[in-house]
Amino acid sequence: MTVGASVTPELADYDEAVASYDPVLGLEVHVELGTLSKMFCGCATAFGAELNTQVCPTCLGLPGSLPVLNQQAVESTIRVGLALGCDIAAWCRFARKNYFYPDMPKNFQISQYDEPLCTDGHLDVDVLTPAGTTTVRVEIERVHMEEDTGKSLHVGGATGRIHGADYSLVDYNRAGIPLIEIVTKPIEGTGRLAPELARAYVTTLREVMRNLDVSDVRMEQGSLRCDANVSLRRSPSDPLGTRSETKNVNSLRSVERAVRHEIRRQAALLDAGGRVVQETRHWHEDTGSTTSGRSKEQAEDYRYFPEPDLVPVAPVADWVERLRSELPAPASVRRRELQARWGMSDPEMQTLVNAGAVDLVGDTVGAGAAVDAARKWWLGELARHANERGTDLSALPITPAQVARLVQLVEDGTLNDQLARQVIEGVLAGEGEPDQVVERRGLAVVSDDAALTAAVDEALAADPEVAEKIRGGKVAAAGAIVGAVMRATRGQADAGRVRELVLERCT
Amino acid sequence: MTDLTRLTAADTAAALTSGDVSAAEVTEAHLARIRAVDGAVHAFLHVDAEGAVDAARRIDARRAAGEDLGPLAGVPIAVKDVIATEGMPTTCGSRILEGWVPPYDATVTRRLKDAGLVVLGKTNMDEFAMGSSTEHSAFGPTHNPWDLERIPGGSGGGSAAAVAAFEAPLAVGTDTGGSIRQPAAVTGTVGAKPTYGGVSRYGLVALASSLDQAGPCARTVLDAALLHAVIAGHDPLDSTSVDAPVADVVAAARQADVAGVRVGVVKQLGGEGYQPGVEQRFREAVSILEELGASVVEVDCPAFDYALPAYYLILPSECSSNLARFDAMRYGLRAGDDGGGSAEDVMAVSRDAGFGPEAKRRIMLGTYALSSGYYDAYYGQAQKVRTLIVRDFAAAFERADVLVSPTAPTTAFRIGERIDDPLAMYLADLCTIPSNLAGNASMSVPVGVAPEDGLPVGLQVIAPPMADDRLYRVGAALEGALADRWGHLLIDQAPELPTTGGAQ
Repeated sequence: MTVGASVTPELADYDEAVASYDPVLGLEVHVELGTLSKMFCGCATAFGAELNTQVCPTCLGLPGSLPVLNQQAVESTIRVGLALGCDIAAWCRFARKNYFYPDMPKNFQISQYDEPLCTDGHLDVDVLTPAGTTTVRVEIERVHMEEDTGKSLHVGGATGRIHGADYSLVDYNRAGIPLIEIVTKPIEGTGRLAPELARAYVTTLREVMRNLDVSDVRMEQGSLRCDANVSLRRSPSDPLGTRSETKNVNSLRSVERAVRHEIRRQAALLDAGGRVVQETRHWHEDTGSTTSGRSKEQAEDYRYFPEPDLVPVAPVADWVERLRSELPAPASVRRRELQARWGMSDPEMQTLVNAGAVDLVGDTVGAGAAVDAARKWWLGELARHANERGTDLSALPITPAQVARLVQLVEDGTLNDQLARQVIEGVLAGEGEPDQVVERRGLAVVSDDAALTAAVDEALAADPEVAEKIRGGKVAAAGAIVGAVMRATRGQADAGRVRELVLERCT
Repeated sequence: MTDLTRLTAADTAAALTSGDVSAAEVTEAHLARIRAVDGAVHAFLHVDAEGAVDAARRIDARRAAGEDLGPLAGVPIAVKDVIATEGMPTTCGSRILEGWVPPYDATVTRRLKDAGLVVLGKTNMDEFAMGSSTEHSAFGPTHNPWDLERIPGGSGGGSAAAVAAFEAPLAVGTDTGGSIRQPAAVTGTVGAKPTYGGVSRYGLVALASSLDQAGPCARTVLDAALLHAVIAGHDPLDSTSVDAPVADVVAAARQADVAGVRVGVVKQLGGEGYQPGVEQRFREAVSILEELGASVVEVDCPAFDYALPAYYLILPSECSSNLARFDAMRYGLRAGDDGGGSAEDVMAVSRDAGFGPEAKRRIMLGTYALSSGYYDAYYGQAQKVRTLIVRDFAAAFERADVLVSPTAPTTAFRIGERIDDPLAMYLADLCTIPSNLAGNASMSVPVGVAPEDGLPVGLQVIAPPMADDRLYRVGAALEGALADRWGHLLIDQAPELPTTGGAQ
């Protein structure tokens, strides 16, 4: 049997895959720095501005324009490097990465190649296992600076991708936004935990960025993007296998899913005697699978050479030391403090971290909610919505202050849990603040006994058989009437009070 | 009344200041001259008669209002078509940019305008400044005012010819391997390449970023200095711009004194392959410097023998990347967009249609030299040669304050003579390239005509980085001594041009 790249392979069972093969990861994370201006010009960087309004000759690559380095971007990169325990180069240069693409104004990207600003760091990542929390040290190969490209918008066609599109437009607002790329060394020895580790790594890295306040790290807006390299080998003592690089992974959940998918896909290929092709693959959130992009065989030769329009970056030691001394306490320390204050167990805290909910819960508590309630809503109903939408919690259009208000409304009896879920739906649908949703949807708990009594009588009359049973002492049968009343009041009744009334009316 | 086009920029400025003439009159005179002779010379790709007259009138009005204007306010100038001029076409001599009108001014353009100079138009050039004859212009060659059958040098042949043909007293050129100096030499004019980083490159369409430098073209050393002072100085928009005071080049040109100056004759830049008349005039000029009180020594720069090959690796490498942006996506020529092909197809067809043969040759050379597996052998080695050349210069400047050589090995060759022989064409820059590789300041000064063909010969003066004033001091001294001998400037003996009238 021949299995080539053209044949869509089956996916191997995950347990069997990780029993037969040792997965090795390599993660490349791009982070857009939250500087006020772009990497090499003075244009603004605000997300969501009208297309092609934040542009100038330099970021449009007009003939004759020249780049000037944003010092703030260098400072942010050094701070990230220091937070990751990297060495900061005393002297380094930018390089041109040459390739043709319409979203590249100059048809080269100013990046760093063999002289990155930060090298040899690490990040300790907590991964939750059935046996408890285990800390994995992920070695960081490098952190380097580069400029972002423009953004292609493919118009027409079903998928929004370039294939099948009628035409394409390019928004250059993103062109020249400062990026840093954080590249890990091969992450070995994680075995079946590789997908969770990948997710936990990106989660922890995001926490580091937030803690340094260098980026808003919103995956759904693309200010944090992860490329996941996955390879398999039979045994940890074997040389590294051929890797695939999965791009377009736009949420924490996708990071984990994409890695799991690649392990299963590659295992199936190898099981069938095939070989893994070194290639770029695109992750599809909807199908939970990857498809082939360009393979290494047809990959471009980027013809890197030192960027002659820029002078070398040579951060003086005093400056670097000052930045080091001014770093905030590590995010992990802050996380442990919160855990202690909230009295959470490791798994509970880890779940919050993995869900990207530490700050959200923290801010909700800060806005007046109890920890347990804040945690319950973020990890329960709101996580369900995030999953449905395929985004991160932080991307949901609801603020911690709004969640805190919701908690308060439940506590004071205005809402019950069921109504609160409807309020969340309303807020997410853009219907306004929780109080506005309550009012507009008419969702407050009905506590008017007269109205409830009438509803109870109606329900009893509608089901005389059940009414008779209750009167006969079968108290358990009251549930059916309570349910009918709740349905009739569209969930707005206080179920406990309804029950009391049912029993009252049947005695 | 005197012919206003025959005045130097300095004399024009004096006449404007005294109120003897108006900027509008000076501009009109030059526009008339352009109409009369540019049909034969073809120095200009674009003449902005209306804009120039408007600008001149504004200067006149400001002067009349008693405003204190800069020393060159109201003096007309031509700008090489590789420099961005807001609202005025900038083609770089290429089909691929035909019709492109920049939405912004280069820093050089801005400084010219701020200083009150009147931009007459844009001058012809080899495509993207690649060439030594302007024959590689997509819009036809420029003709040497000394002999219309001959090349005016390149790539800035248009700027040099405009000045030599009295179509403009001043022009801005750019020099990547000699594109200001070699045209100056073969047209009997003065051209200076400032220290790398001395003049902002912002808005100068890049050929080779680490080599390009804008500079003045003029008929006298003092005029060149006056223009140099206007355009030089730190620019925050160019990271490679030097943040240091500019040497007082105007004072140096006025000083014009070489007593005690140590002049180094570069051993490697002369001898075999050099036209006898060029060598003869060069040696005479060196003797004059000695007579004027300079001491002359020979300096040895062995790495210069490798300058040309190193240059033809570094330049194409940078150029292949710099010219990548011309892809039909955002501006310039678009060909093959029939709706059937991909963006990449349109890029390929447009680039094939838009670039001329020399541009394609260098893009291919550079793409190859930077390719994975070849980088170290080509680009890497060439950078090492560059370092050796810098060291040779440093050693030479231990023994000499300035270095001298012929500017070009020959006088102007005939149009068509070298167009099919790239290597012969490249040799025209043999003497000028080392300064670009090292970032030195250099100038070409006319030193007579070669006896065998009656065509101008230039002498190159080279100074260490940021010592541009030395060029002007030595250049002006030599110019003055020769003018004393001849009773006039060399350019004044250029033949009369046929007037065709109305060609523009």
